Parts: sequence; structure tokens; C-alpha cells
Amino acid sequence: MDWSFVSAHVSDFIGGAWVTLRFGLYGVLCSLVLGLLCCLARYFRVPVLKSIAHGYIELARNTPLLVQLFFLYAGLPRVGIRLSAEACAVIGLTFLGGAYMAEGFRSGLESVDKSQREAGECLGLTRWQNIRYVLLPQALATAAPALFANVIFLIKETSMFSVLAMMDLMNVADTLRTSGGRTIEVLFMLVVAYLALLLPVSLIATFTERRLRYAGFGNQRSV
Amino acid sequence: MQGLGISVLFKGINFQRLLLGLWVTLRIALITIGISLVLGLIFGLLMMSRSKIARAVCRVWLEIVRFMPQLVLLYIVYFGFARLFGVNLDGETSAVIVFSFWGTAEMGDLFRGALTSIPKHQRESAAALGLTKAQINRYILLPQTARRLLPQAINLSTRIIKTTALVKMINVTEVLKVGQQIIGQFYREPSAAFWVYATVFLLYFLICWPISLLAGRLEKYWGVS
Repeated sequence: MDWSFVSAHVSDFIGGAWVTLRFGLYGVLCSLVLGLLCCLARYFRVPVLKSIAHGYIELARNTPLLVQLFFLYAGLPRVGIRLSAEACAVIGLTFLGGAYMAEGFRSGLESVDKSQREAGECLGLTRWQNIRYVLLPQALATAAPALFANVIFLIKETSMFSVLAMMDLMNVADTLRTSGGRTIEVLFMLVVAYLALLLPVSLIATFTERRLRYAGFGNQRSV
Repeated sequence: MQGLGISVLFKGINFQRLLLGLWVTLRIALITIGISLVLGLIFGLLMMSRSKIARAVCRVWLEIVRFMPQLVLLYIVYFGFARLFGVNLDGETSAVIVFSFWGTAEMGDLFRGALTSIPKHQRESAAALGLTKAQINRYILLPQTARRLLPQAINLSTRIIKTTALVKMINVTEVLKVGQQIIGQFYREPSAAFWVYATVFLLYFLICWPISLLAGRLEKYWGVS
């Protein structure tokens, strides 16, 4: 292990980690929004939208991100739709993540007893009030582990952004590996970098899941 | 012929070539699924064993595959092992090793989850009825575990199939690579790339979707989530 090589290239990896984290987070946030919308469309059986949401979820969950990215980045420009690498990255990750998040939210909403929704309606809450104050707080408590697993999954999936010629962690490592020949040092730094990114996420997940575990009307889950 | 990139797919044996490329990834996926199933059951049992060491090893193993992108693991085995141990593995072998390493841990965790989700009273009432330990395992625990495990295991299989697309990154000539070769040959057809990538996208969907549907059906049919 050549430590001088490691210390000389720490800044490269920090740059790569920043790209991975930034676009990972954009993707995660957009996925959460898209996933929630898809899930609500299906939960409230909104005509047309629920079918679109269903079709989209099946399509996104059953294809690899790598293929989606190639289609976006190398396929679409040939029919006149030109997107920047960054746009492809966020769109691709959102396309994939939205479907996974929708499934996560769905499992949460389904765990909320039907009487909760009906009681909300009886009290004259509007649909949005019902979602905001009755359903979501309870659903999130159950859905949190699945949603956080998706966050970690999506940040890991950003490793494929290197095919878009973005300088994320994976691409930084690959460039250093092919130019310097210091394979072991590069791989070691790559592993450390991903650990440094994902361990905090995992800790935040554990902490938040504990804080969220309050609501539980109508579901007989053991604690 | 200008403008009709879709015709590229049906020129010569291009479509067969794509399918052959797809078979390369599918073959890796099938071998991986087989290995992960067998080793995963052992892994799951080790996770529940009394030995602290066995549990700790499983824990670390599981955390590694949870935290490391599969691409990183592929790089470590494909590029790193050659440097570290002087073994030159070809892309397919590396892929099977990495995906089995990952699949075993995930399958083991699913197995553990399925087995521990069975209420304790099932085992206790069976024992109270005078069933032997083997009978309890055979008639009480195994059927219930299988019903909980199978849909999740099938879902994991589709994830493994999707993940094998990554082997392109370690120089295995699979469907994406074949697609790029076709696009390179027919560079005069500007929209060839669009059609080729759309076809690859669709092929993956056509393979994974029925499997996902099956998992969903089984889950509903057996009435456990």
C-alpha cells in the first residue's frame, strides 16, 4: 500500500464523493415525490392516473438502471431528444427510484387500518387533510425502513453514472486505476469513500426510524 | 435506407446476436441464483446459530453487501484480485463470484426473516401435541417458512437478473455490448442507437416482468406479506 499515493489523491475522491452525493440526493428527493404521487394515485384509485402509475412502476422495477441510462443518454439523442449527462443521471435515478419509493409508501399506507381513513372522511376532512394529518403520519412510521433502504440502494446505484462520463466516485477511481496502475490503493480508497458516504445515511436511518415509531392505531404490530 | 433505424434489428442475424448477448447475462444470473439459494439457506441458519463468531461473520458479510455498490465489488474481484493474489479471473467468473457473494447474504437474510416471523406458539403447540423435532421442522416450520420465503426469493431473483447487466463494465460481451457493436456497424443509420437500446430495455422487461408478476401472485395467494 502506497500511502503517499493515497494522500495525494484524497481530494479527487472528495470531488467524486460530492458528485455521487449531490446527484444521489437529487435523485432521492425526486423519487420520493414521484413515488408518493404514484402511490396516492393508486391508493385513491384516481382514474387513468392509477393505470399510468401502475404501468410505470412495473416498467421501472423490471429493467436495469444501466439499460435505462444507455437509452436516455445514447438512444434518445438519435431521435432528437438531447439531454445533458446530469439531466440523464437525475431522470434515470428518479425513474428507477420513483417506482421503488411508490412500493415503499404503498406498504406503509396498506398497514394503516381502513377505519382511519373512513373516520377522517366522517369528520369532514378533505382528501388532502386526511392524507396529511391522518394517513401519512401513520404510514410513514411503517414505511420508513423500506424508504431508507431505498435511499441507500439509490445512492449505491449512482455508481453507474460513470457511463454518462460524470466524475462520480466510480469514474474517479476508474480514471486513476487506468492511468496510474495503482489498483489496490484506488480500490481501497473507493471502498472507504462509499463507507464514509453510506454509514452516516444508515445511522440517520436508524435514528429516524426510532423517532417515527409512535403511531400505531389499528395495526396490531408487535413492538 | 435512411431514417428507419428499426430495420437494423432485423438485418442479418442482428436480433439473434442480441438474444445471444442476453443469454450471457441470463446464464450468469441463473448460476448465481442457484448458488445463492443453496448457500443462502446455510447463511440464514448461521445467522441464527448460537455461535457468536458465526453471527458476527454473517453480520459483517451482510453489511458489506448492503454498503458496497455491486460495481465496486465487481471491480475488487476483477481488477483487485489479480493484483492481490495474482489470480486472473475472467469477467464471467468474477461476476458469478460477486453476485453469489451478494445473493447469498440477501437470501440468507430473507430466510432468517421468514423463519423468525413464524410465531413461537406454532413450534410450542406442535411440541405439546407430541411431534418430534424432525416432524415439527417438516410439517410445521418448513411449509410456513417456504410460503413466506418464496415470493421474496423470486423478487431477489429478478434483482439478480437486473444486476447482471453490470457485467458490461468488466468487459463481458453481453447484450448492451452486442448492441453497441451493432450500432457501430450501422453508424449510417442515425436512429439505430435508439431502437437497439429500446429493444434491450424491452427484452429485460419481458424477462423480469413475468417473474415479478408470479411473485406478486404467490404473495397474494398465500396471504402473507
